[in-house]
Parts: sequence; C-alpha cells; structure tokens
Amino acid sequence: MTVHAERKQLVAPGELLAEGPYFAGENTYREAGKIFSSRIGLADLIGNKIIVVPIKGAYIPRLDDLVLGRISDIGMSGWQVDICAPYPAMLPLSETPMHRGREGGRRDLSQILTVGDLVLAQVIAFDRTRDPLLTTKGRGLGKMTSGRVARISPAKIPRIIGKKGSMITMLKKETGTDIIAGQNGVIMATGRNPDQERVAVEAIYMIEREAHTRGLTDRVKAMIQEAMKGKTVAQ
Amino acid sequence: MRNDPSVQLIDNKGLRVDGRRLDELRPIKLEVGVLDKADGSAYIEHGKNKILAAVYGPREAHPKHIALADRAVIRCRYHMASFSVEERKSPAPSRRELELSKVIREALEPAIMSEYFPRATIDIFIEVLQADAGTRCAGITAASLALADAGIPMRELVAACAAGKIEGKVVLDLSDIEDKKGEADLPIALMPKTNAIGLIQMDGSLSEDEFKQALDLGTDACRKIYEMQREALKLKYHVAKEEIEEEVAEVKA
Amino acid sequence: MSATRQFSPVAKLEQKTVVDLIQKGKRLDERGALDYRPLTIMLGTVEKANGSAYVYLGKTKVLVGIKVETGTPFPDTPDEGILTVNAEFVPMASPTFEAGPPDENSIELARVVDRGIRESKAIDLKKLCIDPGKKVFMVFVDVYVLDHDGNLIDAAAMAALGALVDAKMREFEVKNGELKYKDKMVPLPLLNHPVSITSSKIDGTIVIDPCLEEEQVMSCRLTVTTDKNDMVCAMQKGGLGVFTPDEIKQTVSISIGKARELREKILSKVN
Repeated sequence: MTVHAERKQLVAPGELLAEGPYFAGENTYREAGKIFSSRIGLADLIGNKIIVVPIKGAYIPRLDDLVLGRISDIGMSGWQVDICAPYPAMLPLSETPMHRGREGGRRDLSQILTVGDLVLAQVIAFDRTRDPLLTTKGRGLGKMTSGRVARISPAKIPRIIGKKGSMITMLKKETGTDIIAGQNGVIMATGRNPDQERVAVEAIYMIEREAHTRGLTDRVKAMIQEAMKGKTVAQ
Repeated sequence: MRNDPSVQLIDNKGLRVDGRRLDELRPIKLEVGVLDKADGSAYIEHGKNKILAAVYGPREAHPKHIALADRAVIRCRYHMASFSVEERKSPAPSRRELELSKVIREALEPAIMSEYFPRATIDIFIEVLQADAGTRCAGITAASLALADAGIPMRELVAACAAGKIEGKVVLDLSDIEDKKGEADLPIALMPKTNAIGLIQMDGSLSEDEFKQALDLGTDACRKIYEMQREALKLKYHVAKEEIEEEVAEVKA
Repeated sequence: MSATRQFSPVAKLEQKTVVDLIQKGKRLDERGALDYRPLTIMLGTVEKANGSAYVYLGKTKVLVGIKVETGTPFPDTPDEGILTVNAEFVPMASPTFEAGPPDENSIELARVVDRGIRESKAIDLKKLCIDPGKKVFMVFVDVYVLDHDGNLIDAAAMAALGALVDAKMREFEVKNGELKYKDKMVPLPLLNHPVSITSSKIDGTIVIDPCLEEEQVMSCRLTVTTDKNDMVCAMQKGGLGVFTPDEIKQTVSISIGKARELREKILSKVN
C-alpha cells in the first residue's frame, strides 16, 4: 500500500499516484491495481480516496449547481440557455415563476426572457443522455438586470469563493458590490456605481491569474483598497 | 528515397550533416498555454520544426448529427502554413494533410477519455509554421500538451518521434535532408506508461533487424520526449503547490 | 453568397457594459479612444520563409510569412512582378472559426491588406521582372490569424509590413534573358510603408483598435490605409451600421495622424 505522490503535488495525466487498496476518486483512474491521474492538477488524499483537483477544464453541469447563462434561443415551451458547457441547457416555461396562466409560444415567452438576456438559474437535471435542465424558481434566481460580468475558468470558482466563503465575502465587503459566482465560471458584480463593479471584476481576474500564489487574499484586498481609494479621492 | 552519392549524410567521424550522432535527438523546446482563446495550447520547436497545437473542447457538437451517444467526437486538423516549406504550398488542404490528420487523431484518441463527454466534440488543431521533417511527430507531442492544458482527461500523454535509415545506418530523428535522401522513414507515437504505439508508418526499405533496431530507437526517444512534456506542463503550473499550502494556512489562521 | 451571421454570443448586459463605458469616455481596458493596445512585433520567426513577422496586438496574434518564387506575369502587366495576399483564419484562433476554405471575412481581410500594399506601391513590382512577358518574381504574402481578440485587419497589415521589411531574396541579374542568382541576400525592392488604422463606431462614438468585446458591440468599422506621404491609399467600411459623411471625414483625418505614429513605432521595432 503506497502513495507515490505527495499531497498537493502537481501531477500530469498518466502520473502514478498510488498503489493498493485506495479508491480512485475524481480525475483519477485505476489500472492493474494502481491509481493514475487523468488530468493536470493537484493530487490529494481524502480518507481512503485519491483525487486530483483540476487546474483547468470545461464546465460539466452538476445537479443543484447555480449557473449564469445567456438565453440563446426561444422555443415553443421554453428557452435554450448557453451556460458555457459542452451542452446547451433548457429552461422550460414551467420552471419559471411566471408560468401560471401562460400559454407559451414564442411571442409570449419573449415577453419574459429574450435572446441575449442573462439569467441566474439552478441545474435540476443532467445526465449522459440529455442536456441540462434548469429552473429559475428559487430565491434570487431569474433575469439579471444590472451589473458587470466576468468570465473565468470554472476550475477557479472555488478560489473566488474561498474556504467557507472567505474570499468572496472579502470581495463584496471591500468593493461594496453584490457578487454572484456561477459554478460555470460566469460571475456578476452589481454595485451602486460602475467603478465599484469594475474594481470587483479586476479583482476577480487577478484571482484567476494568480490563483496559485502566496498571500493572494491580502494582495487582492490591498489592490481593491488602492483602487477604491483612488475613486473616492477623485470625487 | 534515393541514395544520392553527391551528399554525404554521415561523415567519417560518424556524425551527421548537423553534427549529431546516429542516435541523437534534435533539440526540442516546449511551451504550454501560448494562446488566449483556445481552451488548451502548446508550441513546439523540434529541430527547425515550429508547430503550434491548440484544443477546443469538450464543446457542443456542430452540426448536431455528428455527435456520438456514448462519447465525444475527436476531430483533428493537421495543416501546414504556405510558407512552412521550401516551395510555397497552396493553403488548401492536400491529400497528405488529410491523411496525416487521420493518423494523428488515431494516435491521440486512444489516450483521451472521451467517454466522459458523450454528444460533445473535442477539436485538435495543429498548424505547422515551419517544417523540417518529423512534423506529424512533433505535432502529436505538442497536441498532447494542448489536450492536457485544456484540462481534458487523458490516460496519459502521447509522445512521438521518427527513426529511419540513412546510408545503410539506422538513425534517430531524421532532418529534412535526411528524409529526402535517406532510405527509410519510420514515424512512431507512443503512450509510454502503457507502452502502446498509437501511430506507426513507414516508407522506404528496412530489413527485419533494421526495423527492430529502428523501432527500439524510436520508442526510447519517445520516452525521453515524454519526460520533456511532463517538465513543460509542470513549468507552466509549478507555483500551484505552494499556493494551496498557503491558502489552507491563511484560512485556518 | 453573403449571408447575415448570428448575432453576438455575448449577453446584452455585457454589451451594455461596453456601451455605458464608451458613453462616459472610457473603454473596457482603460484605454483612450485613440489608443492602440500594447504592440509587439517579432521578425524573422520563420527562417525558411523569405520574410516573416509575428504581431501581438493586445491578445490578438497574427503571423505573416512571405515567399518569393518565380512565375509567369499577367498578360496586361508583362514587366511587373506579382503580389498575392492570402489570409487564413486558423480554427484555433477563435471558437467561432471553422475549418474550411476562406470565408467572406478572411477574404475581405486579405483583399484589404492587399489593397494597402498594392495601391501604395509598397513593392516596386517593376524591379521583380526577369524576362518581360515570360518570367517574373511572385511575392506571396500569407496571413495566418492565430488568436482572435479583435482588430485582425490592423494586426494583419502590421505583420505584413513587418514581413515585407524583414524579407530577403537572392540578389539576381538577368543576362541575355536568363535569370542568374548571385550569392548575396538582399531586401525586397520596397518603396512605401502602408499602415492601416481601423476605427469602430459604438453608440455614436469612434474608438480605434477595437478589442473583441468592442467588435461584438460596434455598429460598423472603417479601415483607412495611408502611405508614408500621408496619402490615403485604401479604405474599407465593414459591418451593418452606417457612417455620416462627416464621421468619415473626421475618422480619415484622425487615421492619417495615427498612421504616422504607428508607422514610426512599427519601423523602429523592425530596425
């Protein structure tokens, strides 16, 4: 029973992680009693399970994920939503709070949401045989009306949120904006003025670029404070 | 392939036109993540070859009817820039480029865990900016890195190199003049961990012994190139390890 | 046949951000309305080509390679060499580029870059004649777009200019109608340095060097190519929006000044 990779070691596809009775977790696979990495990422051991935390990769929807998507088409009974995944998502009329008493049909639907609108939705179904299904029946879900959008790699979203929400809480507090981070890598920052939103978005891109460096939280905080200071002084 | 007596490919010290020994690789330089829009990318210089590889995917299948129910469609396009060769080449895809696109895909696809992405596509683009023999091999080496850079799950990386025969001697990694004037060219792509060959082609004339010798030379070189690929990937992402330690420490504090 | 394309793959809110900023006299990346993005030009990256230049304009990356070969002249210009410009929108450059023959956008780009070089008489084509009516030199300018973050036309034109300046060919002489190469490598016979400046119109405001997000929002664009004598030698309007005559005059005026600046910058990086 041997673990070959150190915890938090950077591993490449095909790299040997462990031998023996471990479980092959996410982004690993088992072959001839050995466990190998399938993606570039950081190896970790959780109890008896070997996993690799990926550094990059496409967004693959999971049940209950919150996602920010763009309406890309309107059908007879719902909308097609681009959630930056390899699969277009569907938002049926019946999964929106406005569906009561509506007959459906393109003209009716376009009164609620049109092509180009940005929506915050939740994934309610997704499997190998069909495209993801969304709902906007839920608190805070629905059409986004103002704010600035940032698009980053979905693998970096956990870093934006931080452990127990520490990073995103700091971002909101320091920039005075409300920040919604979709699991699919799309983030909205809404503030009272566009300057706050711009600083929030810059901070988000900074975190994405420097996700794997020391003392990031402090540096981002310092950057925001500098930027926000500049704005108030000018006014 | 003709044996041209006017050009001496191996001198009396046993060195080749570019000063290499018979079993020596040309210098290789690898860089990962060189493009902004592509999901993954890599650049390789292998001898005078300069090749860019990029990957998009997994992404929605367009047109829908090409999609497969149980895994991703892998598409591969190998293309040479007009100015990449001595005599300008028309930009339209040639029969050679179409053949190479196929054999390259068949070398990379076995390594890709495409069953994770049914009904999607993974597109691989290889653009040869400058060619000097061995472009399909260098292209495969770079494309593997681009796939890993895109975060696409793979069983392992694929490394590729050619061996051949010049002036009766089995040699490694033919350059352009050796390819043109030599007696055999044997490009090989290897998945080193599995010890599996995903691409092998040959043209020329080799005895059974010469073939075995050339194959061993080629696969050994592939293993060396695989180490270089791993180095290039780690170089690109090397700061990762330090960060997580810090992050965990920060939050705990 | 040319057909309307699907509109922007970007949410309306994101487009609004760009427009709102422009209305306040700002841009997404904090540039001024008349500023170019950071520019890097590397020459001679493809040694096998006669000349080459790799341009980074912001995140846009374009590589141009030049090949000089012999061929037959056109019947109506028997004593002139031939210039051919071709552009490939390599599928790796953008999720929206598909593999296949050049589409209307890459053809338009090639022809606009061609016009700039041809109309400014940048290459002295008469000096590329070997045997009038029978043999001339052909200059192939091949543009490869490798990463699309907006303003491909200017990036391509800059790379083409860089590649032309970088290009070397074997010195030759014609003795008794026969082509004889000498040992020396000499530059191409260049007479001019065309520079193209592309402006986009967003919500009534003109901004230069649109990045991708700005292109997705703009109503139309105007490319103005000028030569080293401040003569306008090529122009191209693109997009579904429209310009007023005054807007065009204003843009041309700005472009001439900007081209001078940019030409100096390009040539200094090139030397």
